Amino acid sequence: MSKISITINDEPYKVESGQTIMEACKEHNIKIPSMCHFDGLTDVGACRLCLVEIEGQSKLLPSCTTQVEPNQKIRTHSDRLSGHRQMITELFFSERNHVCAVCVANGNCELQDLATEVGMKHVRFPYLFQECEVDASHAMFVIDHNRCIMCTRCVRVCSEVEGAHNWDVKNRGYKVRIISDFDTPWGESESCTSCRKCVEVCPTGSLWSKDKAQGQSKKNPQMIKDLIEKRKVNL
Amino acid sequence: MDYHEFEELSAKLKTQESMNSHKICVCCGAGCLSSGSEKILTDLQSRVKEQGLEDKIKVSASGCMGPCNQGPLVKIKPDETIYETVSSENLDTILDQHVKQQKPVPELMLFHEFRDTPYTNALEDPFFKEQHKIVLHNCGNIDPESIDEYIAVGGYRALARAINLLSPEEVIAEIKHSRLRGRGGAGFPTGLKFETVYKYVADQKYVVCNGDEGDPGAFMDRSVLEGDPHRVIEGMVIAAYAVGASQGFAYIRGEYPTAISRFETAIKQARKLGLLGKSVMNSSFAFDIEIRIGAGAFVCGEETALCASIEGKRGTPRPRPPYPAESGLWGKPTLINNVETLANIAPIIEHGGEWYTQLGTTKSAGTKVFALAGKVQYSGLIEVPMGTSLRKIIFDIGGGIQDGKKFKAAQTGGPSGGCIPEQHLDTPVDYESLAELGSIMGSGGLIVMDETSNMIDVAKYFMEFCMDESCGKCVPCRVGTKQLYDMLDRIVTGKAVQRDLDLLKQLAVMVKECSLCGLGMSAPNPLLSTLRYFHEEYDEQIRKNEILLQANG
Repeated sequence: MSKISITINDEPYKVESGQTIMEACKEHNIKIPSMCHFDGLTDVGACRLCLVEIEGQSKLLPSCTTQVEPNQKIRTHSDRLSGHRQMITELFFSERNHVCAVCVANGNCELQDLATEVGMKHVRFPYLFQECEVDASHAMFVIDHNRCIMCTRCVRVCSEVEGAHNWDVKNRGYKVRIISDFDTPWGESESCTSCRKCVEVCPTGSLWSKDKAQGQSKKNPQMIKDLIEKRKVNL
Repeated sequence: MDYHEFEELSAKLKTQESMNSHKICVCCGAGCLSSGSEKILTDLQSRVKEQGLEDKIKVSASGCMGPCNQGPLVKIKPDETIYETVSSENLDTILDQHVKQQKPVPELMLFHEFRDTPYTNALEDPFFKEQHKIVLHNCGNIDPESIDEYIAVGGYRALARAINLLSPEEVIAEIKHSRLRGRGGAGFPTGLKFETVYKYVADQKYVVCNGDEGDPGAFMDRSVLEGDPHRVIEGMVIAAYAVGASQGFAYIRGEYPTAISRFETAIKQARKLGLLGKSVMNSSFAFDIEIRIGAGAFVCGEETALCASIEGKRGTPRPRPPYPAESGLWGKPTLINNVETLANIAPIIEHGGEWYTQLGTTKSAGTKVFALAGKVQYSGLIEVPMGTSLRKIIFDIGGGIQDGKKFKAAQTGGPSGGCIPEQHLDTPVDYESLAELGSIMGSGGLIVMDETSNMIDVAKYFMEFCMDESCGKCVPCRVGTKQLYDMLDRIVTGKAVQRDLDLLKQLAVMVKECSLCGLGMSAPNPLLSTLRYFHEEYDEQIRKNEILLQANG
């Protein structure tokens, strides 16, 4: 790998060629918000929080899937980007029923952290109050669709690291839902190995362990990142 | 069959066709089929047989002729006379008077209700006169289920020429020279796309025909697939030869059963003649085509979602780059072109790229097919040189607005496009001009609206479409289109105030700039363009809402 020169927010940097913009920024302690990205899993570019401005490009590009290029001029933070990020975060909150007060992940939730990071003070859009199921049929875990933000980290970790592919997605538009097997209760799944990787990578209180009560869920995503490293999952 | 044998067959079929004194085409395009043209075809065939005219007169089904709301249509060749709303009762009159006595029947002719004297040669009618048919050249003139008729009118000659006389590089150079651009909507230079796929070295490459036409009111690709499937196949084979692909897929939406069955028939016929298969025209070049049927998702028209769908996965888009030209189907270089783009390939190879550039504008060469629909007098399928003004299309070809009403807006590009108001009617229709007006060329849907249309309703209708068709992968499109739709609904139902309208605009811009694929990026276009040109309708509605809401406390 060779080093190339790029500019991030007007500062010059030397970065590895072949890296994504997000990786390069992380190495130089420039934080870009993101929800669907998870180190070691295939990037899908779905949450659109990590979009950055690149000089000469009319479109905003996701830093998780865009590679650095020599002499690239990147802007990770601007008024335009923070406006968009705040609005996307508001859309997340408006989409389903994120009631922090009664959530297991309260205080240990990436969605809450995101709201703080982007400076969201209130949600300007009406809540959709979608009807969402809570599936507690699994012996150890619960999936609460009210808290799901469709980052699909669970789908990817199950398929790419565990190799079970218990999780997938059904429906279209705002009606999309995570499904277990062919849309059967999780407890009846024939593919789930109960490995709990999905629970650990879930950024919100959507996937949680039954032994946790309100505000008690403390997830350990680092364990999964280490596991990916140790297993040398090469995607 | 090699080049020489093909030339012989081609000449033989041409002579055979010229033996008939008349050829009667019965339009079996989707519009005419739905008004009962199939029965007209069988009735006509049996009458010709009864009267012992089979040797002189050939009766065959054909693809779409164009003036779709006048169906069932029957065309008498070589006179080019078209009879409209033909019923089984009219058939004897047409046969006796026109075919036997050479006395055409004006009272049954196309547009006889609208013209003082209808045109015996329909091509002289204003509806056809302003058109220039390249893509639709054979549509309505040959039987789409007969490869013989296609070859008789010069079909597969371009393929024979390409394989036997041109190198892949020369084919690409010809396409580049023609300045043909993608007809699916975005207008990417086709020759450049060919070249990109050609340059990637891989053990396997693919050619995909995108026939997942999904814009409401659009039926261009459908008509080409139903009316002249061999033209699309020929384009695919030439494209595959140029880029070095050995497998092709035609992705056709499941809602087009006639297109699927005719395309399937055409593939079988082409295989039988050795125009598809392990050795195309006895050369070392191998190429075959499989059909993939879409399951009703609009987003699968987006190229990366289409690839996922062909691979058997959930049809959702992924970020580009990498573009399919580099990494498409199963990670291999893949050339994806729209039906209409592929239908342009054979004529360009046959007549040369230079010939193609003589039509259209400097930046947008050639012609464009439009599905003209809405409140125009004559709706249907038309093909005009690029750069033709909207006024010409709507008023000269389309005959103006129905019932003497006033023109209000033309909607181009379907749910991804915008509404163009009267003051821009003289804009030439090309990729750049339409984009400047906040609309897009799109795949060719053109919906004309009169003064009775409420533009907020129009924006709401298209937003609902995008909301329903969003794949749900990225947040701006998934939740944004739903929120935009709800806001528009609150405006029309009297619940929204000025503050909501301001937020609506901000959200529309965010969805446009942040969405993952073209669906989300263009979903706010109908809304934004109506806000741009018909702002007073929104202001008026908001003012009414505020007064009412205040009055009700």
